[in-house]
Amino acid sequence: MDVKKFVIKQISVFSENRPGRLAAIAHALGEENVNILAFSIAEANGFGVVRALVDQPEKAYKKLSSIGFNVAFTDVIAVHMQDRPGGLYEIAKMLGDANINIEYSYAYSGKEGAVLILRVDQVVDAIEKISKSGATLIESSVFH
Amino acid sequence: MFWDKKIETLKRDELKSLQLKRLKKTVRQTLNVDFYRQHLSNARIRVEDIRTLDDIEKIPFTKKQDLRDGYPFGFLAVPLNNVVRIHTTSGTTGKPTVVGYTRKDLDTWADLIARNMTMVGITEDDVFQNMVNYGMFTGGLGFHYGAEKIGMTVIPSATGNTKRQIEMIADFGVTTIHCTPSYAMHLSEVAEEMHASLDSLRTGIFGAEPWSETMRHSLEERLGVTAFDSYGLSELFGPGVAFECPERNGLHIWHDAYLIEIINPQTGEQLSDGERGELVVTPLMKEAMPLLRYRTGDITMKMEDGCICTRGQKIARITGRSDDMLVIRGINVFPSQIEHVLLKIPEVGNQFMVYVDRVNHLDEMIVDVEINRDNFSGELADLARIQKKVVKELRDALELRTTVKLVEPGSLPRFEGKAKRVIDRRGDTI
Repeated sequence: MDVKKFVIKQISVFSENRPGRLAAIAHALGEENVNILAFSIAEANGFGVVRALVDQPEKAYKKLSSIGFNVAFTDVIAVHMQDRPGGLYEIAKMLGDANINIEYSYAYSGKEGAVLILRVDQVVDAIEKISKSGATLIESSVFH
Repeated sequence: MFWDKKIETLKRDELKSLQLKRLKKTVRQTLNVDFYRQHLSNARIRVEDIRTLDDIEKIPFTKKQDLRDGYPFGFLAVPLNNVVRIHTTSGTTGKPTVVGYTRKDLDTWADLIARNMTMVGITEDDVFQNMVNYGMFTGGLGFHYGAEKIGMTVIPSATGNTKRQIEMIADFGVTTIHCTPSYAMHLSEVAEEMHASLDSLRTGIFGAEPWSETMRHSLEERLGVTAFDSYGLSELFGPGVAFECPERNGLHIWHDAYLIEIINPQTGEQLSDGERGELVVTPLMKEAMPLLRYRTGDITMKMEDGCICTRGQKIARITGRSDDMLVIRGINVFPSQIEHVLLKIPEVGNQFMVYVDRVNHLDEMIVDVEINRDNFSGELADLARIQKKVVKELRDALELRTTVKLVEPGSLPRFEGKAKRVIDRRGDTI
């Protein structure tokens, strides 16, 4: 199995916790015609990290860096979920049984169903375990 | 009341001749220090050239940086085996300034403290709780020895555990306290929450940081004390250099022990009475570490002669600093110390801003620092780790807890010329 095709590039943007920062990020991506597929904000003591899955990560990275943002790529994986009650439980149980430790996660529900995005510490290992568990991984080409 | 009435009320002529005698002795004593031998020879001054008190103007100033450069024992004028104690003060780049004391120095120092406390009516019948740091900071042991010399009942409670401090005040019938004014304010609030009585208190001695008249009124009302301002610095023994008398209009500085000048900090020129400038002190009774024309950095002025209490000329309460030193919870902080710490942490940039606030009457310092563009992993946990690291490194260097805020790279102001990295928002609030 080519595990690489399941590795998705998330962009992580450092942001101070003050009004207008998200707008600045979103505006810049809009200007570049970069589409945001999913995103979340993680918040700590006075600052946060904006995490986003976008259709053109390199372009997003370049643009945000050029206007002063601190941006990094983070490898994440995406798992397909049933978009109905109990859908998350099924996946979460599989991940638990497969002994996969999640650092953080966020989800969205789109045209092709619901998607759970996972940040794990051992990406390759997790991809192998998840495939064996019976869950459906989504290829990165679906996003970008 | 007087501890040593004769010396405290010496007539001007007698005082001047005593000062001159002691100045000559001090200059001779400094010749045991390499720095001063060089310093005086560069200025082409021999001991015999000091014939009047005015001749002191020929001697160049000694700066705090000189003392730092002498770390650790470069300014000792006696062999180390004659030094019975060492204290230190915070340095700007991690290295502290060392001050040494002979047995006689400790005795002189305790005597000056005893003068101060006696001046405001404290006697051997008083019970004294000394709520300042007892370690390398001179405030703890300095007041301790002076109070014991008077024969007071001394409680070396040091800092921390405010509830226990309050219980001790009540249980031991404490009449006199010494602490920073901001800690006193905090103490009064905790006492209020505990519904504890502080009825036994009569006198509060507050120092080590600047405080306003508004704060004085507030402290007196809340603690039921008469509040006195105390001034000193480690380089001149420690606390006890100058102190308010019951008039509480200016501080009496002990002229037999300290020869003072007020200068324009820019030009070094001497200023007249009533003109504000930097206090420059030549201690006249120090053995282990004599100093000549030491620039304190503190801004004050000489007041008019003739206090009702008949002691010598007073100086005004300190109104600021001629350099960028900050006093946070009684601890001296130089912005350059912060810079020095940040330089050692690759995960953050070297630009910073410091904000000082007073929250619940305690000083709080916030340091804004940029994360380093090349060190961003994208992980929140890594950022939190960097934040913790900066807090820890600052605490180790400053001995002070700070709040560190990570900000975006390039977002802090860049300065051309003199940087203004400190915003002190404590103002005159209480």
